[in-house]
Amino acid sequence: MTNQAEGFQPRIVVFACNWCSYAGADLAGVSRIQYPPTTRVIRVMCSGRVTPGFILEAFRLGADGVLVTGCHPGDCHYISGNENAVVTVDKTGRLMNVLGIEAARLRLEWISAAEGARFARIMTEFTEQVQALGPTALKDTTL
Amino acid sequence: MNFDEILRQTRADLCLDCGKCTGSCPVTRVDPTYSPRSTIERVLSGRPEELIHNEHLWACLTCGLCTTRCPSNVDYPAFVVAARSVARQAAVEGTYAHNAVMQELMGIMALPIRQKRTGWLADGLKTVTQGDDFYFVGCLPYFDVLFEDLGVVSTDAARAAVRLMNALGIAPVVSDDERCCGADLLLNGDVQGFRRLAEINLRVIAASGAKRVIFTCPEGVNAFRHDYPAVVGALPFEVVHLTELLAEHMDALPLHALGETVTYHDPCRLGRYLDVYDAPRAAIRAAGATLVEMRANRENALCCGSTGWVHCGRCAKGIQTTRLHQAQATGAQRLITACPKCRIHLSCALKDLDIDIKLEDVTNLLCRAVELDTD
Repeated sequence: MTNQAEGFQPRIVVFACNWCSYAGADLAGVSRIQYPPTTRVIRVMCSGRVTPGFILEAFRLGADGVLVTGCHPGDCHYISGNENAVVTVDKTGRLMNVLGIEAARLRLEWISAAEGARFARIMTEFTEQVQALGPTALKDTTL
Repeated sequence: MNFDEILRQTRADLCLDCGKCTGSCPVTRVDPTYSPRSTIERVLSGRPEELIHNEHLWACLTCGLCTTRCPSNVDYPAFVVAARSVARQAAVEGTYAHNAVMQELMGIMALPIRQKRTGWLADGLKTVTQGDDFYFVGCLPYFDVLFEDLGVVSTDAARAAVRLMNALGIAPVVSDDERCCGADLLLNGDVQGFRRLAEINLRVIAASGAKRVIFTCPEGVNAFRHDYPAVVGALPFEVVHLTELLAEHMDALPLHALGETVTYHDPCRLGRYLDVYDAPRAAIRAAGATLVEMRANRENALCCGSTGWVHCGRCAKGIQTTRLHQAQATGAQRLITACPKCRIHLSCALKDLDIDIKLEDVTNLLCRAVELDTD
């Protein structure tokens, strides 16, 4: 496997909550802040809506990384949905460990509607992190 | 397969319309709108599309209680499973439990992955990478993560199983490359997904050189014994449930009498599907425990309420509650089962009930009796 494959463009699925993080992505866009075109954003009403099934489905369908984003603790539109996201991401990471998919391919971040620059920075950082890991074994035809 | 063939193959075309199935069905007890009899009737009268788009297609537990009582010997679970695969071709699926996480795990396991699924192995357990006996652990390492909220450590049973095998002088192969047996995909009507997993498992077992595959999960042993040959041909190895193996070698185990009262829950696959009723009971008695039977036992046993990780809900909870009340009525201290899924499902209902009974896998019970445990 070519971990440091020249020009490897990972495919990253980003779950963004309607109230904070999606608006944060919007702000990054309207502010014309540059970030890598590696991300596919899926809007959910709350980060708490994301289930282990969603995250694993993304990997099964070829994602190299999954990012779950939501409102900062205490700011959740549904009071405590983002607390559920913490549990979901932790549990899914441990399932990924058993599956042999590096847990570093999954990340949880809080991004508010005012944090367009933070959204762009996290997309850049996470892209670099996943780029370093290379494609997932799921797509390895030599195995 | 079309519905004419399904009706013929499962003998559903011989249905006498007697309703014994519906009278036996544990789902009907909770949800009177569900009826195996009228489900077959609907298809027999030329309206299969009504079944495919009806959520009742996913309500059947495939527990097989109806089939054991059917005077025409209609294989109702096989009828349902075949109908589900037709539904799947029409892009109709059931509502999966746990937001389909098990289906996703099974889907990923059909891909080229390098799992790390043997982390449950503990010090002092003897296993090998090549040998005559392969221990098929099943999904237990995943269950540990998924069902930790219920306080169920499913791999306890795997550790106990290896200890018992070691006590019999068997050091089994335990492999990181093992996949889910796929039984649940088959129950969901996903024949293709099932075949993919079956093919990989056969390769993994062949690579280990095993002549015998030992299971603790009844679903696995049933899939290998009944369903694998249909998709991948005759298996080049023996398939055995651990309790069957232990029943033959009980004298070889240094058992001490536990002196407690327990009751035994027959898993549908081990009981009605594989006719293994006596081996686990013999194991319990050999461990010096007093076995008291629940009202519904052996071929009349009640299902744990959920199969195939689909359509879990009110019915499941109702059936589980009934089962736990039956267990409570025996006065037993422990409810022993031989299926990791039964243990999980009954634990789920137990947390909402005020019933003082402990759930345990039969391997753990035996292990305590052998006193191989360090405590």
